[in-house]
Amino acid sequence: MTAAVGARVYRLGEFHSFEGGGRKFLYLVPAGAIFEQDESVGALMGQLSGGEVPHDELVGRLVAGGMGSEAAEELIEEMFEARVIVTGDSRPAPLENPPADFPLQSLVMNLTNQCNLSCQYCYEFGEDKVATPDGKPKFMDFETAKASVDFLLQSSNGREAVGITFFGGETLMNYPLLKQVVTYATEQAAARGQRVDFSLTTNATLLTPTIIEFLSENRIGVTVSMDGPAELHDKLRVFANGKGSYDIIAPKVKALIASHRTRATTARVTLTAGVTDVVKIFRHLKQDLGFHEVGFAPVTTSPDRLYSINDKGMDGVLEQFHILADEWLDYALRGQMHGFSNVSDTISELYQGVNKSHPCGAGLGLVGVGPSGDIAPCHRFVDSDVHALGHISTGIDKTKQNDFLSRGHINTKYDCHTCWARPLCAGGCHHEAFVRYGDTGHPNLHYCDWIRDWTDTCLRIYGTVNALNPGFLEQFAERKAL
Amino acid sequence: MKHLRAVNRKARRIDDIVMSRREDVVALQDPAAAPKVHIPTGCSLSFFPGWEVDSSGGTAGLCQPVERDLYDCYVTCFWPAQVPDHVNSYPDWAKKCAVATKDWRNLDIVFP
Repeated sequence: MTAAVGARVYRLGEFHSFEGGGRKFLYLVPAGAIFEQDESVGALMGQLSGGEVPHDELVGRLVAGGMGSEAAEELIEEMFEARVIVTGDSRPAPLENPPADFPLQSLVMNLTNQCNLSCQYCYEFGEDKVATPDGKPKFMDFETAKASVDFLLQSSNGREAVGITFFGGETLMNYPLLKQVVTYATEQAAARGQRVDFSLTTNATLLTPTIIEFLSENRIGVTVSMDGPAELHDKLRVFANGKGSYDIIAPKVKALIASHRTRATTARVTLTAGVTDVVKIFRHLKQDLGFHEVGFAPVTTSPDRLYSINDKGMDGVLEQFHILADEWLDYALRGQMHGFSNVSDTISELYQGVNKSHPCGAGLGLVGVGPSGDIAPCHRFVDSDVHALGHISTGIDKTKQNDFLSRGHINTKYDCHTCWARPLCAGGCHHEAFVRYGDTGHPNLHYCDWIRDWTDTCLRIYGTVNALNPGFLEQFAERKAL
Repeated sequence: MKHLRAVNRKARRIDDIVMSRREDVVALQDPAAAPKVHIPTGCSLSFFPGWEVDSSGGTAGLCQPVERDLYDCYVTCFWPAQVPDHVNSYPDWAKKCAVATKDWRNLDIVFP
């Protein structure tokens, strides 16, 4: 032992303890690392739970507890090196900025900002909309789409695969362009030795057998915005005349799932006041309609909207999330995928041990492009003059991009610095933050407790599966969160 | 690590870093060399009587007295202060030591 070691005064580092499968784990926050710990680590933590303890005293206490002095020294050194325990003056290093030449990976192409539904909660048309579409084209033309594809490939820094997500409005209102883009992008990428993965979000009203065949042939992954069985779905997902869209889309969705065999088909559910029966919605979409995966998110809205879910409603949602999470775990222990995306996505991030500087790739590895060719941080900001990062003809305005990214960086979100769930959350959705707080860089403080509860739930699932069926987790090595 | 088992990718990276720092300290280790590869930095590519064996052929009295470990300084390295001066005073000091591993016992202490 050197004099420097003897002079150390230890305290607990930043971690979150949890159990799973009868074992004890710790989630090391400044890294996003997950370790299973043995009993002696628990003994060490117990000694430091009351506050700082000098090195020699800590060794003494462990020895008094029955540990050999050499073993105690070794344990302390190992925990110190892994930063489970730290010295009084240590602070986690701030996360670095992503490199300035960060390659583009995904482009969300809003083929049109028109929609044939009038869902009241829509962030594009609803009361909280950020878009300023006046005077801009309603449908993207082929020239703009081609320029977007070229921009993506040129900015991708030779990535083997890039992604194009078709979005709207209702995407399929501009199906002719979608077909052209698939052909053009596939050719251009192949010429550069790259590959394009396509995906599409739709309300399913315009699906036809021909379109479904095209989607399947071109391996275009489909996400359907759908809120459950008719009585729930039709509350807000309505046509302009107020008529619900369920009866129109249900047979089309069934046909899609039956005929589209090349990619998984996902349902994306928006939860609103009165549409919070998560289990019922999941059962219908997964079992009755046959979606491979179902993901849920509460509506993004100001808290005073009628369809906004209040705190009590959110507690109910979380309760039902737990029911599905328990099912997910049972399935996983049997080696089966359950289909509840909210768990799967979090598990894949935990598998990697992500530690995010930003909540998502918006404005960094992902951009949205509107019908006008304006570049937005993501699809949710498309057609918003305030948030535009540039134009497809001139590229990304670095000053605007830097402003957006520095606002959204975890280092500037002081409220998050004491939260153990920040490696995955990083303050939450930029768009949600803007709608709630008027600033894309504001932490989404209204769902902190919810995020922590959910992260803890998924950590316990991760630990249990790791203890009892570890091989199951390997399939999350390549999965990318939605 | 002994007390922590890494169960995700980030944890495995931390494990690798911690374990790479925890190599045993080896005599003549070159700290700049890649971990787990021991490259001796001294002259020990040949046999050194006095360093590797003591005057009795064991290891209890290595380098005792200091003069016993200096054959290598005489043969290869230039370290004149501790070696019998083979240029002027003791040109025949190693004359009876043709092969060090066999003949090292013929090297004797000098008494100026």
